[in-house]
Amino acid sequence: MAISRLERNNLLKGLAFISPWIVGFCVFTLLPISLSLYYSFCNFTLLQGPLYRGTENYQTINADPVFWKSLRVTAYFAIVALPMGMIIALSVAMLLNVKIRGMAIYRTIVYLPSLVPAVASAMLWLWLYNPKLGLINTVLSKLGVTNLPGWVADPDWAMPALVLMSFWGVGNTVIIYLAGLQDVPRELYEAAELDGAGTWAKIRHVTLPFISPVIFFNLIIAIIGSVQSYTTPAIMTPGGGPDRAAYFYTMRLYDQAFVFLKMGEASAMAWVQLFIVLALTGIAFWSSKKWVHYQGK
Amino acid sequence: MSNATNIPRRIVEPKERPPQGAWMARVCLWVICATAIVPFVWMVSTSLKSADQATAYPVKWIPWPVQWHNYVELFESDRFNFLLWTRNTLLVELFTVTGVTISSAVVAYGFAKIKFRGRGVLFALMLSTMMIPFPVTMVAMFSIFRWLGDHTGMQWLGTFKPLCVPAWFGSAFNIFLLRQFFLTIPDELSEAARIDGCSELGIFFRVVLPLSRPALTVVALFAFMGTWNDFLGPQIYLQRPEQFTLALGLQNLQSQHGGTPWHTLMAASTLVIMPVLLLFFIAQKTFIEGIATTGMKG
Repeated sequence: MAISRLERNNLLKGLAFISPWIVGFCVFTLLPISLSLYYSFCNFTLLQGPLYRGTENYQTINADPVFWKSLRVTAYFAIVALPMGMIIALSVAMLLNVKIRGMAIYRTIVYLPSLVPAVASAMLWLWLYNPKLGLINTVLSKLGVTNLPGWVADPDWAMPALVLMSFWGVGNTVIIYLAGLQDVPRELYEAAELDGAGTWAKIRHVTLPFISPVIFFNLIIAIIGSVQSYTTPAIMTPGGGPDRAAYFYTMRLYDQAFVFLKMGEASAMAWVQLFIVLALTGIAFWSSKKWVHYQGK
Repeated sequence: MSNATNIPRRIVEPKERPPQGAWMARVCLWVICATAIVPFVWMVSTSLKSADQATAYPVKWIPWPVQWHNYVELFESDRFNFLLWTRNTLLVELFTVTGVTISSAVVAYGFAKIKFRGRGVLFALMLSTMMIPFPVTMVAMFSIFRWLGDHTGMQWLGTFKPLCVPAWFGSAFNIFLLRQFFLTIPDELSEAARIDGCSELGIFFRVVLPLSRPALTVVALFAFMGTWNDFLGPQIYLQRPEQFTLALGLQNLQSQHGGTPWHTLMAASTLVIMPVLLLFFIAQKTFIEGIATTGMKG
């Protein structure tokens, strides 16, 4: 009896402490997700309440070339920017882990850009990318480049421009990698050296396996982040820019919902997006069994 | 005493041999750091130029005469509501930072320090909500707040409430962070307090919270940054320019006024970035440790 009473007591106490989250979960997560599932099967314009229409919205977005375009744009960004960003971040972190004087300053400088709010960095890069007056084209023309890219004003260059500038903000990821790198025990490197391992072999067989949980963590964060990319392109290429070359998925979702008031279609897009995130993180978790090595497990 | 004098005064540290290729690493770092820094310099430089200087060719890095006026104008001219946007942002910050920190700490305590049935399942559920992107819920959230406006007798849309209220129900990532920290506090401390007749709330407030100041600071910092950077939320919920936050206002400067000159935009951007940079330099250690630990326990 005493034990079960203690158990009940603990259950009540525990639930009391986590109750803010339980309420928040129900009201701000469970409810909106269920509602948007319902809306996704409805014609819903805000002016007029939701009317059940079956799978009409899903058929509409499936037949909508702009929907597919926005999906392709986001996929392109994820496939190009995500792995390159991860590799750049890890390489910079390795450089920052070398023992040289003044390292604290280098680390701080590398981190600074990731502090910049997305809106401000979009503004700054719009100016840097300005085809006529921007710093980048000024420097390029000085270097003798005649065929200057129009960057975000050019359908062929808008996406590369966004990918390039995303590397400016990798500082946060770099710091997480750096923390992982600093935990790699020195003895492991020494042992590898005794076995005659060169720099590359040490990275391949000591560093990477050891920090694989950190890589995995950054991968998950990057997947979730890139599937929903919005603020930077929304400001730099409003409406997707020329030829909608940079019309990201979330921009389309926003426009459908809040510009054209097609809440039903937007909700269908939301559910597709949720499905994509879950599928991608699911694949990442599943594959992690093969390449992520946890210490002492 | 005699023992102490026998200890050699200077312990000669084995000199750290500069690793092979250190100069190569240094050159790489110089290039990387230059890439990181130049945009900032360019921004500040433009922000202190006149319209003619900003668009002059060839580029001049040092503005002369310095146009401090560009900054003054942002606060004084009727065309910009910079002061108002700052006030709005700080108001939202006040409610979100306190809300996120307090509620996340309470919930994290429940997950870390009280053993109850179903805790593991609920915790896993909470972690999994981190995967849900905001765009997925935003349409329904908008309609919920609209419904609340129609049924609670007060406006929700077009006010700061949709931005502030959810902050008081714990944020998954911060709950996770605080729980990890609370787990490192030995249970013996809470047990001792319990024997002394301390209630669970008492233990939370008097034992666990005072020991968790570093972690709480990290959470408050992250919450501050999150609100400062948030663009999509304000864009959905706020409607009139008088209500805009700095992020929304800055974008509005660029898109609505059409002809807003670059030197003004760069001055505005500098002003939006500056508080974050200042905060970073004040709390550098907390920042870095916070970010570093997020990755460690993932």
